[in-house]
Amino acid sequence: MGESVVFYFLAALTCVSAGIVALSRNIIYSTIALLGTFLGIAGLYIQLSADFLAAVQVLVYVGGTLTLILFAVMLTAQIENVRTSNTSRNRFPAIIVIGLMLLLLGMIANRTEWPVQAASPMPSTTKLGHAFLSEYMLPFEVGSVVLLGAMIGAVVLARRAVKRTSEKRS
Amino acid sequence: MQVGLVHYLTVAAILFGFGLLCVMTRRHAVGILLGVELILNAAALNFVAFEHFIAGGISGQVFTVFIITLAASEAAIALAIVLQVYKTHRTVTADDLTDMKN
Repeated sequence: MGESVVFYFLAALTCVSAGIVALSRNIIYSTIALLGTFLGIAGLYIQLSADFLAAVQVLVYVGGTLTLILFAVMLTAQIENVRTSNTSRNRFPAIIVIGLMLLLLGMIANRTEWPVQAASPMPSTTKLGHAFLSEYMLPFEVGSVVLLGAMIGAVVLARRAVKRTSEKRS
Repeated sequence: MQVGLVHYLTVAAILFGFGLLCVMTRRHAVGILLGVELILNAAALNFVAFEHFIAGGISGQVFTVFIITLAASEAAIALAIVLQVYKTHRTVTADDLTDMKN
């Protein structure tokens, strides 16, 4: 009973925050509502006995990605029109298309017979580490190379932007 | 009512729908990026839910770690591009960036 109450609370938090992200007219409200979505999903991960993933979700998304997005918003938004900074267009046809697609997904999920297996126990970090260093060794290394490439690319791109403005000033 | 696989799939589907709405309708470039983050999170939640209720093992969580890695690098690159575009065009509205149309 308590478990389902926690689930419904986390699900409501996630979905309402996602709604604010998608529908708010203020880009800063959208970005901060993303915090609720990420925290709700971290809670759902704990319910799904993925404790390591919940910690990673909070560390990487809330600590890294969200801060980065907030910085980008603050550096690019014109403060005088921040109330209408995140307008949408063609919302009505988009809602129709998405509704049809969700209907299709729901029909498929209802028709399929899901075989139910016993859930794995809670501490999953050890198993995850063993999987990364044996079965998923190559993807793990490729992932770190991708991160390195992204880091260098971001530094080069952002530095060029800063350089151009300082040249304009001088 | 026991919380099962379908509940988690529903939450993920709602997240995916909102993310798609963001990507399709937003005019601000960072707004579109927020939609992409929602979609990636929905996919990751589906992976973990399927692993917990059906597949067993650890592969679903491994995939989710890769999704988080790629989402982080994608956000870093995309925001660097957004800053660069803002420096050159003084706007980040996706509709106004039509340089490549001509």
